[in-house]
Amino acid sequence: MLAIEGVSKRFGGLWAVRDCSLTVEQGTITGLIGPNGAGKTTLFHIITGFYRPDRGRITFRGEDVTGQSPFRLFHKGLYRTFQIPRAFPEMTVLENLMLVPGNQCGELLWNPIFCPRRVRKEERLLLRRAQEVLEFVGLAPLAGALAGTLSGGQKKLLELARALMAQPKLVLLDEPGAGVNPTLMNKLAARIRQLAQGFGVTVFLIEHDMDLVMNLCDPVIVMSEGRVLTQGAPAQVRTDPRVIEAYLGGQYAVA
Amino acid sequence: MDVLVGILNYLLFFSITAGVYAVLALGLNVQWGYTGLFNIGVAGFYAVGAYTSALVSGPPPGALDWRVFGGWGLPFPMGFAAAGVVAALVALLIGWITIRLKEDYLAIATIGIAEVLRLIIKNEAWLTNGVWGLKNIPSPWFQPVQSGVTAFLAARPQLPGWLVSLLKGAYSWVYLGLLAAVILALYFLVERALRSPWGRVLRAIREDEVAAAAQGKNVAAFKLQAFVLGSAIMGLAGSLYAHYARYLSVEKFEPLYGTFIVWVMLVAGGAGNNKGAILGAFLIWGLWAGTDFLTGYLPLSDVRASALRVVLIGVLLVGILLVRPRGILGEEKFVSRLFKG
Repeated sequence: MLAIEGVSKRFGGLWAVRDCSLTVEQGTITGLIGPNGAGKTTLFHIITGFYRPDRGRITFRGEDVTGQSPFRLFHKGLYRTFQIPRAFPEMTVLENLMLVPGNQCGELLWNPIFCPRRVRKEERLLLRRAQEVLEFVGLAPLAGALAGTLSGGQKKLLELARALMAQPKLVLLDEPGAGVNPTLMNKLAARIRQLAQGFGVTVFLIEHDMDLVMNLCDPVIVMSEGRVLTQGAPAQVRTDPRVIEAYLGGQYAVA
Repeated sequence: MDVLVGILNYLLFFSITAGVYAVLALGLNVQWGYTGLFNIGVAGFYAVGAYTSALVSGPPPGALDWRVFGGWGLPFPMGFAAAGVVAALVALLIGWITIRLKEDYLAIATIGIAEVLRLIIKNEAWLTNGVWGLKNIPSPWFQPVQSGVTAFLAARPQLPGWLVSLLKGAYSWVYLGLLAAVILALYFLVERALRSPWGRVLRAIREDEVAAAAQGKNVAAFKLQAFVLGSAIMGLAGSLYAHYARYLSVEKFEPLYGTFIVWVMLVAGGAGNNKGAILGAFLIWGLWAGTDFLTGYLPLSDVRASALRVVLIGVLLVGILLVRPRGILGEEKFVSRLFKG
């Protein structure tokens, strides 16, 4: 599904990601963990086209997509959410979702002017889909609220809902559980699992909540200092001494 | 009675000027209100439209003119259309270069470009007649209306004086009607374009460009479309001004009257709301005209009085924004109106 080969990204004198290679297999929920500053989010930015890598190659579904712009990657079936939710605050929750699907005929300026009927038909379909997705994530009562008024956890759910609207092949979730309370967390984990099993979307997610990662992900990839440290089944990664060392800052002691 | 006719004629003149500003504010609303494009070069596109229309529909150069170009005397609708098209082309060129700039940088670029356009108009006399300005720009249907009125008055010599002076100004009513029709048509066109999935993408871009790109939207392309559409509307406003004023000079397109006031109108009326843009134009132009009377009563020199007007307008804008931060009419919650009912 996704292959990263020898990708590097440097900010000034710091290699945020250095010679990083990994693959995400179709149909999996692959977890990406690692201590703060390991380069996880930077790697996500590179994969989704927000940063251009200094070196290396990214292949998505057999096609070299290195350095392609984010909106093009969206249309190829690659979707990403943000660590800090980026809803459109002055838009309603409903329209935050209706915006997402690609290739809407109403997005061409002349269609709403000259063929409003066609756009209206499409809008009704989008409305129905958005309502279904809102039911699914449990935000239906807030459909008419401005997204800026949602709580932090609700915004996380909105990010997930947008991912559902996008109907991607692969979704990159950047800390979907950060700032979410434990009750909501269980619901979130169930929704992500449903996304993968029910909708056939491959999931690649960054998460610091180890319970969520261990429950949900297989395989788990561990990054440290811009490189892949190890990868494997959750149980295997959890007991790997190198992983524990990385989290406890052992690498500095060795250095 | 004569005083009343005077007031009426003043109101007429006032409404026409405010109407031209309403068109400018509608154009700026597409750019700033919906898309968040910080264009402070409104005057540039306004001037391009005015001069284009004057060159296309105006008289050929006279013996004393410096210009050697234009003056094809084509009918007003063609000059009007050309004003929109040329302003759009200029915007396309400028936008293609600058649209990727972030908010404040776009502002600096557009203010610079508007000044460049103004200086071109001032100095390229072969095209624009430079500081001598363009004269005798025809008003549409002026001759037929005027001769009709003359004939009507000649046949009825017993009419009271106030009615005669009222009828002599009849053309302004015709022009106001034309202007109102244009504003109405543009309002419906812009509403239809913006209250749609297209407008929804624009608002998303205004809210968060990065997130809009993550939702698969080609941000640069949408911004360029909004910039070109808004600028074309500003060009049309230029044409409407030129054919009423009948004389163009470059001072009319200085930033205060061409850009600053339009911004005040849009922000006061309600950025993101097309009705607000039109309301703001009439309200602010009314207050602007009002401050002229007000400062007239003060023992100040003309220069000081006009500086004071700008201060008053600034204070007023602050006042409106304190009471209603989103303008008098805020924007509506749902962008698209096509999925309801």
